Order: sequence, then structure tokens, then C-alpha cells
Amino acid sequence: MSWSVRPARKLLTALGILAAAGTLVAGCTSNSEPQPAADAPVNAGSSNDTPGEKVVIGFSGPQADHGWLGAINSTAQAEAKKYPDIDLRVAEGTNDASLQISQIETFINDHVDAIVLLPIDGAALTEVARKAMNAGIPVVNVDREFSSDFASRVTILGDNYGMGISAGTYACGLVRSKNLGNPVIAEIAGIDSLPLTQDRSRGFADALRACGQTVDNRVAAQFTVESGEAAASNLLQAAPRIDIIWNHDDDQGVGVKAAFDNANRHEFAFIGGAGSKNAMRWIQEGSMEATVLYPPTQAADGIRLARLLVQNKGLSDLVQVEVPRRIVLNAPVVTKSNVDKYLPLGFES
Amino acid sequence: MTTHETTAKPGSPPAPKPASRVTTVLSGPIGRNLGLVVALALLCVIGIVTAGDRFGSIENLTTILRLASVIGVVSVGMTFVIIGGGIDLSVGAIVALSSVWATTLATQKLATDFHWIVMVFTAILVGAGCGLVNGILIAYGRITAFIATLAMLAAARGLAEIISQKKTQIVRERGFVDFFGGDVAGIPVLVIIFALVAVTGWIVLNRTTFGRRTIAVGGNAEAARLAGMKVKRHTALLYVLLGVACGIAAVMLMARTTAGTSTHGSLYELDAIAAVVIGGTLLSGGRGTIVGTVFGVLIFTTLTNVFTLNNLDTSTQAVAKGAIIVVAVLIQRRFATRERT
Repeated sequence: MSWSVRPARKLLTALGILAAAGTLVAGCTSNSEPQPAADAPVNAGSSNDTPGEKVVIGFSGPQADHGWLGAINSTAQAEAKKYPDIDLRVAEGTNDASLQISQIETFINDHVDAIVLLPIDGAALTEVARKAMNAGIPVVNVDREFSSDFASRVTILGDNYGMGISAGTYACGLVRSKNLGNPVIAEIAGIDSLPLTQDRSRGFADALRACGQTVDNRVAAQFTVESGEAAASNLLQAAPRIDIIWNHDDDQGVGVKAAFDNANRHEFAFIGGAGSKNAMRWIQEGSMEATVLYPPTQAADGIRLARLLVQNKGLSDLVQVEVPRRIVLNAPVVTKSNVDKYLPLGFES
Repeated sequence: MTTHETTAKPGSPPAPKPASRVTTVLSGPIGRNLGLVVALALLCVIGIVTAGDRFGSIENLTTILRLASVIGVVSVGMTFVIIGGGIDLSVGAIVALSSVWATTLATQKLATDFHWIVMVFTAILVGAGCGLVNGILIAYGRITAFIATLAMLAAARGLAEIISQKKTQIVRERGFVDFFGGDVAGIPVLVIIFALVAVTGWIVLNRTTFGRRTIAVGGNAEAARLAGMKVKRHTALLYVLLGVACGIAAVMLMARTTAGTSTHGSLYELDAIAAVVIGGTLLSGGRGTIVGTVFGVLIFTTLTNVFTLNNLDTSTQAVAKGAIIVVAVLIQRRFATRERT
């Protein structure tokens, strides 16, 4: 374990990569001159995008039962279409780990060149991913981490702990700027048993501690609209006055906001998570304070990285000629002042 | 509530022997639901002690009731199906499908052009349609209720995902949201709907031939058939009835969340069955009460509320929920046996 953590640390600085990708997109949009091919990926002057040898990539992810996962799938497939040398095989999305394992086994039997895998459960898929690696097929692990470093060549993750940090730091900023004496801070988490939820909450608590605050009320929902509504309406009763609420997920946020509207409670700053188009529109119209991004483009990045791996190319913005082992994406805060920049990256929930 | 201590299916363990009918207080409606009343009262006491005014306030009361109303409507429908000797695992999926169908762009456009009532009818029709398919498969296709509705569970949620493309469909009809999200004389419309459904359910079960037939069919289908009842048609109707309840629940959920999605109604089947069972309805059919079901729903919703007010986590809550199911059923049975002697 420690084996890979250390290089990962070293790489962290270099891993503004996604930030780089983000700026590239921003660069695209802010450029008023019409670009001949707006869809063509732009990067720092390398021949990486010129078609190379044919690459067969197997992609498997969970069933897209909510907006964020839907965007994961659609952006991954859209990205593959941009490259004539990618032959993407997409396995039917599922919520059954054993079915996903058999999908990966099929990919191995088919001798695909690389596998991009967003596992239903990181630990459950580790063994089969390792089998693929042993068979010489590089595995790109997306979003939910395997329990072994031998199971993947590249790991690309959103930063759940970082989301909590971003949200908490932003909340601290609000406490200072609004001069809140003894603020009531509430948190609406997602599915509590998931490590990602625990990471987000841990980050939030850590960041709040830095400015001497704690979470006063915490409820957990299920990432669904309905559960968000139910959790939020109970929360509003639990705390007659709230100053800041962080809701982990903008998909459940639709329900959370419905509860606020039903109860006519808007005395607090409402911070979201994930970065759906809905949330960004609320930020534009002023009914939401901010949202913390959790990029739905990770699998798309995974596809591009898999292609580079097979074609023996490195990342053009790094001096190192190899694709890094671990990439952690940034979790920026979207507010009214920068929402226009991020809106194109938002997903329809 | 006293009318349906009729023909319990022979062999079903907790059923009282029909021999003795002691007309004490305990065999009355209060006695039958005493375990539930005690449980709910206990929860309320815990709520008041631990959270004080935050629990006892009118707003909190309406919050609990509004939360209870959606699953409550489904549970009342479920009570009929279970008394009639069946089970329906597809209720959550039907709620999801109804909510999605009623919030598609096409439906919403029709609603804008005509009236938001279109969305209400769409949801109820879709629910009734699913119920009809369930009913026909079970009654005429002779597929076990468990299997038929398991198939519907998968299919209806799948169809909901296809229609919605797994997106959250926002309800744009302000009139719809304002009407169902509003209140009449301080009572939320959702709670009124729940009350109407529960009262109607009680009347139908206890004061109509339909209700008596339901009990008879669930108690002993063969005897009911020999007595000249159209058992198949009646069974199918029960599922349609539950389908309609799911449609109504979908409408309520759309108003609560201002959205229709394929994730709505998740695990409603378990919540509804749990509420019905702790309410004292026999899973084997032939006996049950609407009042008990309403109590069952209220107990679970109040439990969630009390836990949230005290800032406790969901895992502890799940343990408490399990414990309550067992304790409530044990208490119910204790009274049932006392009734017998």
C-alpha cells in the first residue's frame, strides 16, 4: 500500500492535470473566436491526439441510476467517439458486483487492450482486475478505489475528502464574512455506509475544525430525490435555525431544495455537492449559495488515459514520459461569480 | 374493526381459533392495537423528553404526518392485498413508473395546455394499469403473487428508467406543486389525502361486501369460491386497487419532491409490508386492520423523526426499526392469545 502512496504524493503537484483539462475547456469557451472543431480535444502541443494504433477498450460501470453516473457513461462514450483509433466496448451497466466481475472476465477472454472500470464496489472487483493485469491488460480504475495497488495501472479519482474540505473551507469563509457568532451548521450526507460519504464528512468536519466550528446537525439520505426530501424536512424540524447547510449530492439536492421550499426555510446558505446543471442554475438565480464539484468526466479521462497507455504515450503536460499511476481530481467550489465557467461541465440530474 | 375476526386460514399459527369470542375491551379496536398505541405513545414520550418543543411543535407534527402520508397510502392499499391472501413486491417500482410517466415532457406539455389534473390522472392510470397486469397474471395466469410482482418490480422500474433516461424530471407545473404542497385550514393537502384514503379503506374493508369478500377470499379462497364468489376477479381487483394507491402516492411524491424519477419509491415494498404486518394483518391473509396499518406507518415515521431530532445516525435507526417490528408483533400475539382464552 505505502508503495504507491508515496509516488502518489509526489505526483500530487503534477496532478493539476485535471485542473489543466478544466482550464483547457475554459480556454475553449472563453475564446470568442469560432474554433473550427469545438469538440476536438485541445492539449499542450503534442502529437498525442493523432490517430495511432487501434485500441480496444472495455468499459464497465455501475447502472446509471442517477444523473451523475449517467453523465459518467455518456461523457465516456462521447470521448471515445472523438478518437477514430478507439474501439470502445461498453458492458451493460449493473448494480450486481458478481455480474460486473463476469463482464471483466469476458473482456479478459476477448483480449481487449485495456479496461476502464468504475467498480460497483472497489474491494469486490479487485480480484478480477488483478486477473486482468496479470493477463497483461492495463486496468484504469475510476472513482471507487480497488483494495490492492496491483489491480490497476492507473487510478483516477474524484476527491471526496477534498469535497468535504472545499465545502468546509467555504463554510468557514461564510462564518467570517457574515460574522456569524455561534453558527448552526448542518450536513445532509449521502448513503452513510459508503466510504465516499464518510470521506466527504471527514473532510467537512476537518475543515470546519480549522475555524473552530463543528457540524451541529447531521442527517443521511440515499442519493435519491425522495430520500433527500425526507431527510431535509426532518432536519429542518431538528434545527429551528440553521446558518449553513452542506448537502453532499445535487441529485438528492432536488428533493432537499423541495423540502426547503415546502417549509419556506431559506435563512441559511445552501451549499451543494457534485455540480449538476440544476444546482448551477439555482446558483445563477441566487437560490443556492454554492456547490462543490465532483467531476462526472472521470471515466472519460479514464478512456483517454487507457488509450495513451496502450499506445505507449505519456501525458503531454508532464515531463515524465509515462502516464502517472494516480490522478486525483480537484474539487473546486462553484459560486455565482464563476458558475458560467463550470456550467458546461455540469450534468443533468 | 371487530367485524373481521372471521375465518382465519386453518394452519396459520398466530390466528385465533374462531371458537371463543370474548367481547372484552381487549378484543375491541383499542385492545387489538394496544401494542401499537403503546409503542407510538412510547416513541412520543421519548421524543418529548429528548427533543422537547422541537418534537411537540405543530410544524414537527405536520412534518411527521406529511412524511407518513405517501408511504401510508401505499400501505393502506397493501393491507387489502395482504388480507386478500396476496403480496405485492412491485409497489415501489409502480410508484416510480407512475411518477416518471406523469412528468414526461409530453405529459407536462399536455398539462400546461389543459390542466395539471392530466398529470394526476396519468399517474393513477399508470398505477392502475400495472396493478391490472399484476392482478391478471396472478388471478388468471396462476403465477404466484410473489413471482408475478417480483417481475413487475424489475420491469416497472426498468421502464421508468427507459422513459426518464435515468434523469430527474422536474415538475414545471406550479399549479400542481402549489395545490398538493399547500394546506387546507392548516392541514397539509397530502395529509388530507392520506386521511381520505385511510377512511375510505376502513369503510370499504369493514362496511361493504367488497371488504367482506376480501377477508373471505384471503381466509379461504376455496370456500369463497364454493360460496359463489368470483374469487379470480376479486383477486385481480385487489391488485388494481393497490395500483391506484401507488398512482396516488406517486402524485403525492411528485408534489413533495417537485420531481419524478425512476429512483422514487425505493424499498416501499418492504416499508409497506412492515407497516402492514406490525399493524396486525396476517401475512397469510384473512385478517387485518387498516387502523393497525396506519399506526404501523406512523410508528416508523415518528421513529425516523425522533432519531433525526436527536442527531442520531441511520444505522442505529435501522436496528431500532428491526427491534420494533419484532416487539410489536410479539405484543400483538400476546393479546391475540389472551383473546383466545
